[in-house]
This record gives sequence, C-alpha cells and structure tokens, in this order.
Amino acid sequence: MTAKDKVGAVMVVGGGISGMQSSLDLAESGFKVYLVDNKPTIGGAMAQLDKTFPTNDCSMCIMAPKLVEVGRHENIEIVTNADVSSVAGDVGNFTVTLTKNPRRVDEELCTGCGICSLKCPVEAIDMYNEGLMARAAIYVDYPQAVPLKFHIDKERCIGCGICEGECPADAILYDQAEELMKINVGSIILSPGFDEFDPTPLREYGYGRYPNVVSSIEFERMLSASGPFRGIVMRPSDGKVPEKVAFIQCVGSRDEHIGHNYCSSVCCMHAIKEAMIAQEHTPGLSSHIFFMDIRAFGKEFDDYVTRAQDEFGIGITRGNRVADISQDPNTKDLQVRYIEGGNIRYERFNLVVLSVGLHAPRTAKDLSAAFDIELNQYNFVDTKTFAPLETNVPGIYASGAFSGPKDIPTTVAEASGVAAKAAADIHEARNTMLSDVQLPPERDVLGEEPRIGVFVCHCGINIGGVVDVPEVMEYATTLPNVVFSDANLYTCSQDTQERIREKVEEHNLNRVIVASCTPRTHEPLFRNTVREAGLNPYLFEMANIRDQCSWVHMHEHEAATLKSKELVRMAVAKARLLEPLEKASIPVTPRALVIGGGVSGMTAALDIADQGFTTYLVEREKKLGGIARRLYSTIRGDNVKAEVEQMAIRVKEHPNIELFLGAEVDYIDGTVGNFLTMLTGQTQVIEHGVVVIATGGEEYEPDEYLYGKDERVVTQLQFEEELAKTKAKNLPSTAVFIQCVGCRNEERPYCSRVCCGSTVKQALLLKGKCPEAQVFVLYRDLRTYAFKEDAYREAAEAGVIFIRFAKDMEPKVSKGRPKDGPLEVIIYEELLEENILIDADRIILAAAILPPEGNERLAQLLKLPLSKDRFFLEAHMKLRPLDFATDGVFLAGLAHSPKYIDESMAQASGAAARAVTILSRDTLLAEGVISVIDADMCTGCGTCIELCPYNAIERTEDDKAHVVEVLCKGCGICAASCPERAIDIRGFTSEQIIAQMSSVMNGGGM
Amino acid sequence: MNPIAEGSGGKKAATAEGFEPRVIIFACNWCSYSGADLAGTSRYQYSPNVRIIRVMCSGRVDPSLILKALRNGADGVMVSGCHPADCHYINGNQKAEVRVSFLKRFLPHVGIDPRRLGLEWISGSEGELFAKIATSFTEEIRELGPNPLTGDDVPEVR
Ligand code: FES
Repeated sequence: MTAKDKVGAVMVVGGGISGMQSSLDLAESGFKVYLVDNKPTIGGAMAQLDKTFPTNDCSMCIMAPKLVEVGRHENIEIVTNADVSSVAGDVGNFTVTLTKNPRRVDEELCTGCGICSLKCPVEAIDMYNEGLMARAAIYVDYPQAVPLKFHIDKERCIGCGICEGECPADAILYDQAEELMKINVGSIILSPGFDEFDPTPLREYGYGRYPNVVSSIEFERMLSASGPFRGIVMRPSDGKVPEKVAFIQCVGSRDEHIGHNYCSSVCCMHAIKEAMIAQEHTPGLSSHIFFMDIRAFGKEFDDYVTRAQDEFGIGITRGNRVADISQDPNTKDLQVRYIEGGNIRYERFNLVVLSVGLHAPRTAKDLSAAFDIELNQYNFVDTKTFAPLETNVPGIYASGAFSGPKDIPTTVAEASGVAAKAAADIHEARNTMLSDVQLPPERDVLGEEPRIGVFVCHCGINIGGVVDVPEVMEYATTLPNVVFSDANLYTCSQDTQERIREKVEEHNLNRVIVASCTPRTHEPLFRNTVREAGLNPYLFEMANIRDQCSWVHMHEHEAATLKSKELVRMAVAKARLLEPLEKASIPVTPRALVIGGGVSGMTAALDIADQGFTTYLVEREKKLGGIARRLYSTIRGDNVKAEVEQMAIRVKEHPNIELFLGAEVDYIDGTVGNFLTMLTGQTQVIEHGVVVIATGGEEYEPDEYLYGKDERVVTQLQFEEELAKTKAKNLPSTAVFIQCVGCRNEERPYCSRVCCGSTVKQALLLKGKCPEAQVFVLYRDLRTYAFKEDAYREAAEAGVIFIRFAKDMEPKVSKGRPKDGPLEVIIYEELLEENILIDADRIILAAAILPPEGNERLAQLLKLPLSKDRFFLEAHMKLRPLDFATDGVFLAGLAHSPKYIDESMAQASGAAARAVTILSRDTLLAEGVISVIDADMCTGCGTCIELCPYNAIERTEDDKAHVVEVLCKGCGICAASCPERAIDIRGFTSEQIIAQMSSVMNGGGM
Repeated sequence: MNPIAEGSGGKKAATAEGFEPRVIIFACNWCSYSGADLAGTSRYQYSPNVRIIRVMCSGRVDPSLILKALRNGADGVMVSGCHPADCHYINGNQKAEVRVSFLKRFLPHVGIDPRRLGLEWISGSEGELFAKIATSFTEEIRELGPNPLTGDDVPEVR
C-alpha cells in the first residue's frame, strides 16, 4: 500500500476509559477517530464505580472531564448502539461495517432534558445500578452520560406514546430501524472491556438465593451517593444497616473447576476499597475480607492494605477459599464457613459481598470472528510479551481488560500505547481527515462600551415550567449595558445558534449571556457560537437557572423566578467586565529526548521515531538493554536475550533515532515544546519538544539470609544466569526461594511485583531440567496475577512446594554443620503449626527492585516529584499514569514502579503516544483562563513560585515572578496567595468575582 | 424512593421574622459545582437563598474575597471544593483549607461569628449532600441572624 492510500482515521471499538483515552490521544495527534460503543452511552465500567483505589478518588469526578472532552472533540465521532458486523481490507485501509441499533430517539434533536423519562409510566430494571433500582423505559444511564441522549428500552416500552406527546423537541422515533454504516479507517483498536462473573452457578455461596449476598459490583452501586441506596449501606432483605460485612475473594477466579484458573488482578484492591468506603459511610460497621492471597502488587497498593488494617481495623483472613455460606432463615444473617490454620471455623455476618471475577466480554467471540483475531483459552485476546498491544492481525490492536484482567492505570497506559501503534501505521496520513472550520475574523471590541445580549432558555418545561421566563427576559433589559434580550424554547438547539449569530450582528452585541443550564456541559457550545459570530469566545457568560435553580426549587415558582433574575444580574455584572482572552501560542520543536536505553526507553524511542519524529536516545551505559540484559526467559517462555538484541538493532538502524551511549543528562532547561539539553561528553546542545523518562530500576543487594557471606545464597538475577548457563547435573538438587527480600518491610513497604512470577518461572525451569530436584518457595502472598496463575498451578502440580510465612515469621537461614554441609532453612508452617527444617544447597532471594540513584538528580533538574518510595510520581495515579503535572515530560517502565517487560513496553508505547500529542503540532496553545502577574506590583517574594502545582511560574532576571503561559492551568492558587495581590486570573478576576457578589448584595431580591 | 418525586429540604422562603439570609457558596468547577448541578439533575430541593459563584478551584478563593463578601452584607459564606485527594489541580483544596481555618480564627477579632464562614468538600457525585449542606448552612445562618456588620467595620486583609 502506498502512503497515499492510507486513511488518516482510526476506529476504536469500546468506549470505556480505555477507548476514551485512545481516542483522545489520536484525536490530539491529528487523526480522525470513530469511537464505537454497543451501548447508548460511553463511559464503560468506570462510570459504575463509586471510588477508585488506592487514592479513594471519586470515579465519576475524575472521569467526567474526560467524558466531556471526548464528547466535544471535533476529531472524535461517537457512534453509539453499534455492533461490528464485518471488516474488509488491510492495515492502512480497512472498511468496517457497523450495525447501528435503533435508539428510537433522534440524536440530533434530543436535548437531554429528561421530560420523557419523568413522564414514562413504565418501571424497568436499571442495569446501570445492577438491577437494584428501577428506571423508566426511556432513560439515560447516568446524568453525566455522553452523548446525553435518551434511549428507549424496546423490551420494556409499552408504546403508550406519552413520551412522544411530551417531548418538546419532537425527538421520539418509535419506528426507527436498524441502520448499516460503512466506515473507512487506517487502523483499529479494540477495547471492549470486560464482563463481570455471574456467581449464581456457585451454589455454595447462595447468590441469588440469599438476599444479603451481593456481588462486588452491586455493592459498588450501593456505596455510591448516586446509587439506589444513596450511599447508605443497607441490607437488601430488610433495609437495615449491617454491623458486620464479609468480603469473599476469588469468586469466579483462580478456580479451575469452572475453567477460570486465571486471577482477576483487581478484586483484592477492589474489596479493600469497598470495605474502607463502607466503613466510612457507616459508623460502627466492621468488615472482614477472606483472601486466598492479598495481591496488592501495584504502585503503593501495599500501603493501602496497611492503611485498611491499621486505620480502619479491617479484618483479614488469608489462605484458603471460603468453603460455603449458609443463611439463617429468620434473621437472614449469613454464616461463613472457612479454614484457618488447619481448622474449620464459622463466622456470622449481616451482609456478604462476593468479589466477582473479571471475564472476557460477552462480545469477545463476535469480535474475534469479525476481525479474525485470536483469543486465548479464556477468550481474552492473545497478545505476546514483546508485542503486548498487537493482535495477530496487522493494524488491529487490543487494549485494556480485553487482553487480560487489569486495573485502570494499566488500562490507561495501554490505551495510549495502542494509540501510538495505530498512529504509526498511518502516520503519513496525519492531518488529512480533520474537519477544518473557517471562522470569521475576530472583531476588536476593545474600548467599546459593553453591549450585552441575554438569551433566556425555557428548556422545554424544565425551566419554563417553574420560572417565569418572559419575566426574567423583561427584567434583563433593565440591567446596565443590556441592549437585547430574548427567550428561546431550547437555546442549545441548532436554530437558536443561528439566531444568536444574527442577533449579535443586528444589535452589534459585544457580550453574550445565556441563562439556561450548566456551563460545565454547554459553555463550549455557546462559546463556539459566539466565536462564529465574530466575537472572542471569552466574551460569553452563563447563568445556571436550570440545574441550580428551576430544578432545585421546583415548587417555589416565585422564589425561583426571583433567583433566576438575580442569577442573570450576577452574570451581567461579570459580563460587563469580561475581556477578550488570547491564547498564547509557542512553536514546538518536533523532536523527542528519551532518557534510558532499556526495554522501556527503546520502545518509547522506536514508537516516536516510527511516527516520523527525530528521537534522541540517551543511555548511561555503553550498551542498550538495561536490566533486561540480565534476563534470559519469561514466564511464557520467551527468549529475552534474542528479543532485546533485536530491539537494539532496530534502534541502531532506525533513521529517526540518534543514539548516545555512555552519556547522561548533564543539564536540562526549558518547558513543554522547547527544551534544551546538554549531555555529558557532548559539546552540542540538543533541542527537543518533549522528554520521556525511562531510567529503569536496579536489583537490591541483600544483606539478609547470608547473602554475600555464602555463595550458595544468590539473587534471582544471578540464578537466572545460572539456570541458563549451567548443565542440569550441576544445578542444585534442593533449592529454596525466599520472596520479598528487601521489600514489603518498614524501609521499603512496596511490592516489587515481578518476583513471584519470576520465582515460579525459575522453579518450573529447574524442575524441567532436573525433575528430581526439591524446590521450595517461601512466600508471604503469592502474586501471580492474571494468566500467570496458570504457571503457579503448573508449578504446584510439578511438585514445587509453596510455604507461606507471616511478616514477622521470616525463615531463618544458617550455615549447616559440618561446614561444607547444606544450608539450613527453618520455616514455621502454618497448617502444621510447627517449624520445619529444609537442607538447601541453593537459596534464591527475590530481591527488591530499587529506583536508580540518578532519579533524584533528574527529578531536581526537571522539577519532577518522586514518590515516597523514590520512584517518579505521575500526575494522577489513576488517569494520568504516564504524565507529570509538568507538561511535556512523560514516564515509562521501572522508573514509574516495578513491572514486567510487557507492562513496561505497553507503558513506553503509551508515553510515546502522549509525547506525539505535542510533537505532532506546529504550535502549542495555552489555555485562555490563566494567571497574569502585574510586574510592577510583584515584589519577587516567590510565594507563588513555591505554591504553583505545575511549576508554571518562574523568576525573571530582575527578580519578578513570571507566568509560563503554556504551563498554567488557571487554578488560581497563586492569585489567592499573592501577598501583594499582584496576580489575577483571566476570566475569573477578583474584580469580576466582587462584581458578582455585590450584585447579590445590592440588588435586593433575596 | 424516587428522589425526583419526593424531594428533600426545600423550606418555604419566608419565615416569621422575615429575615432571609444571603448565602454565598464558592464552588470549584470540577467537584462542588458539579455536585450542585447533580442536586439539580436529581431534583434534590434546597433553600433558594444560596448563590453559587463558580471558581476553577477552591484554592482560588482569596481571603479578601471572603471578607469582602462578609463586609458587603453576605450573612454567610461557604467555600466548597473537591474531597482531599480529588482536587483537579492536585492540592488547591489544601490551600483553601489552610486559608479558611486561618480566617475563622481571625473573624472574631473583627466582630464576625466564625460560624458564618464554612468549608465543605462536596464531590461531583454528591448532589444530595450539596442540597443538604446548602439548606443546613442557610438554616444555621438564619439562627445566627443578620450579619451585624456593614461595610467599613472590617479592615482589608492582605
Ligand atoms: S478543583 Fe475542586 S478543589 Fe481544586
């Protein structure tokens, strides 16, 4: 295929957090995106969550801004209610046929006002709330839904016609038929997410029979303030607030009997989070979690577990699966039967939550058939260690839970990663499919007396039914500088936009106010309209007379009308002071600097270079490969040496990569778009627009367990080499692996994530080479998450003996007697309740992964934060795992936290995609709402420089504070703390806020 | 229960004394303002005395703005922002918390009951909480009676 046959568009199938992130990265890099979802709204599973671990962030709060961004991005077209029917063509040029199922509501006309739903006489089951409450037959899943378009549930609709009669926008289409759509794209991303396991078939847990046994997803909805119980934890049987709640882990996971041997990876943390939140919501509640292992392997997850125990007093049992649950028929309490220390125990609870596993999506088989992609035995996409994002079909990529159960940050990283891959296929066609809108020149209004136009919205009856809209409109004309006012049925409708443009011209308006709904959803639309009318988009203000007035004072017509007037008056007071805001723009140097030449660094460099951008790759050592050079195999049997070697060759031969070996960053200066860097041993300064940090990690050098004192005690990496190079007859005949050496302790509370998998791998390799060898693994929690659980089972079946020890019951290692005799390992066995002695001729320590020393200096140079464990700290643990608060700097691999090769690579590809969102544009635009400093008033005290969360304020040569406009996000923290009041926030100036307040005080009416 | 049909709060505007408090709530764009919107979407009713002023972050609210409001006749002022870890700008809410607690200590010296100044964390999914707080804060201010201060009694703070 020649470059000109390539289509500059990508299809993303699945609109959860993964699909949204991929879409945004691609749309921001100059590609058209079709985001396809089979539901009426995007948002996926994350929209159902109340909080997210390990920060207890409110899920909807952190996701909503992304939802809005996707919804209004001019390069993203959302196609809802659509299934993929067939695919033709090849990488670079695919044609996908979609079947669009009828919504039965016209998407163009529906304004999302919701009157239909209020009037609908049907009570249907609300699946968004896991069937725990009812909704109408015409509905949206949640109020923040994108697109905010209602949908008729055909199964439930009785066809009474009430909504059709009530809909003020005439949007109801009862007979809408299904529709075929053909879409031409260059590459495809599959991110359909997962489905939850239905625990009904597991009779022993009584789900579906005992009302007070609920699934973890149901419990999540119960915890949500917007859920069926409004955040109050109640028993479904009687609405009583429970005192004791149990969480049962691994329901539908790690269970070969039901064919789901894999671990669902997220449920341990999910349960801990739910227990914490439940206790927060319910004073006096105590919770207990029954784990098999506590798999808290992610960044700072172990701290979270510690908090749960110490701060919340959450009870923990670990070891075996809970045997069964029985119900007391009178109280509907539940009795949990389990095994601890070899004894059978019983405990009574008021409510039991089953932590249900993550399953491949129900649509997996259909997608596999339509796209011809291979699935693994569990129906997840079968990806490879060194190609973690690729399916077997070139040009088709998989992200998120579709390629295996995983948490949100890993998913978000992958979502960016697939964006890099999908873009590389078609980078020649970048910017070829974007809609380009021609706007009239902006009128200069400076020095003009404000001429304000006010448009008051009825919003059907949403406002008009409560507030006297004509009266508000009349009132508006009496306000200073208002020269025109209007009332509209729907101010957001297409024809009203036209009318606003006309009125601006007719009355020579230079400020526009819309009194309607909330600026959070509608301000962008109206700003566009104002801009199309030839005005600066910031000469616009909204009065929220619906969400914050007519809807909350529904029965107080007079008070609501009075309040609406006052809200309009406040808006006018502010609008009079509005000024046109210019967005500063700076040119971008379209080259990248990648620091670190390990697997992550190489991957990031290749992925940026593959999109056509020059990339400088710096590696401290003389050779590429980093810590992976010391690995020989993976748990899936890859040949690491060969793969890494191949990668290094590609890097060296890549025309867009310039390699600096044996060099380090000496000095770095500048900001997003334009950095200057000096490398050690170089005379030339390199100029680049972004930085990717992939500085890797190091293996801890233990001083525990006779390491360094007896050469039979080795680390995992040392044993890796021994296993690869030693003949079977010289390998140890009794090997003891000891886990968590140098981590999960007071000094380093974190988990190094990869050691359990490596140990299982090495144990299996040893058993494979020497079947007679005795192999013991002494562990605290065995964390072989996702499909690595298969290897764990295999190892157990091969005769590897796994012995758990508690934190303060570490094994004891001593030199045996006689001197040259075997090493002695003593470990307390919990089931036998006694010490056992193992004579070992090799002890392998799973030594922690440490952040490299150099992180501190690099962090200082770039003003980046480090986590308490001295890894780099990303901008947001959940949704911005690859970014820093400082723009233009990205993060991948072990520099972020310990992880496996495939995870590092996915993250590195993701960092590449994030970097390209900057490199692919000629200029960067700052925000309009940013801070301005009056240099004359500034005394150079430096308070703002210190407080700015984005390092966006610098000190000038004459000792004044200066805002780097492209870095400023307009939060206003600086303005509020400047002792000289030399700082203001454009669009939210003190003067404007004071004007709003004074108009509350002085106008009467309250 | 259908919150839309039932509603909560929503007292009648006028009371016997005829005193209607003026309450200003500064709400950050990302959480509390969305929470206020959600109160609307879910039709939780609250006192119509409240006027919301949108700011990008609770960390934007300068103590002098609060004092200005109290000087110029507001009977109560509340700053509301995201829950502790949720601030869209990393830690603006921490800054807000420090400022408000400082101001609360300062207010008695200028003759203002510190209860007239509130600080609340309200997330974008806590519509009901927003409504509750709006109503209960208004009621608390109603009990306190009109703000005794007019204009110039309060010094500018810097
Ligand atoms: S954005 Fe809500 S408090 Fe900062």
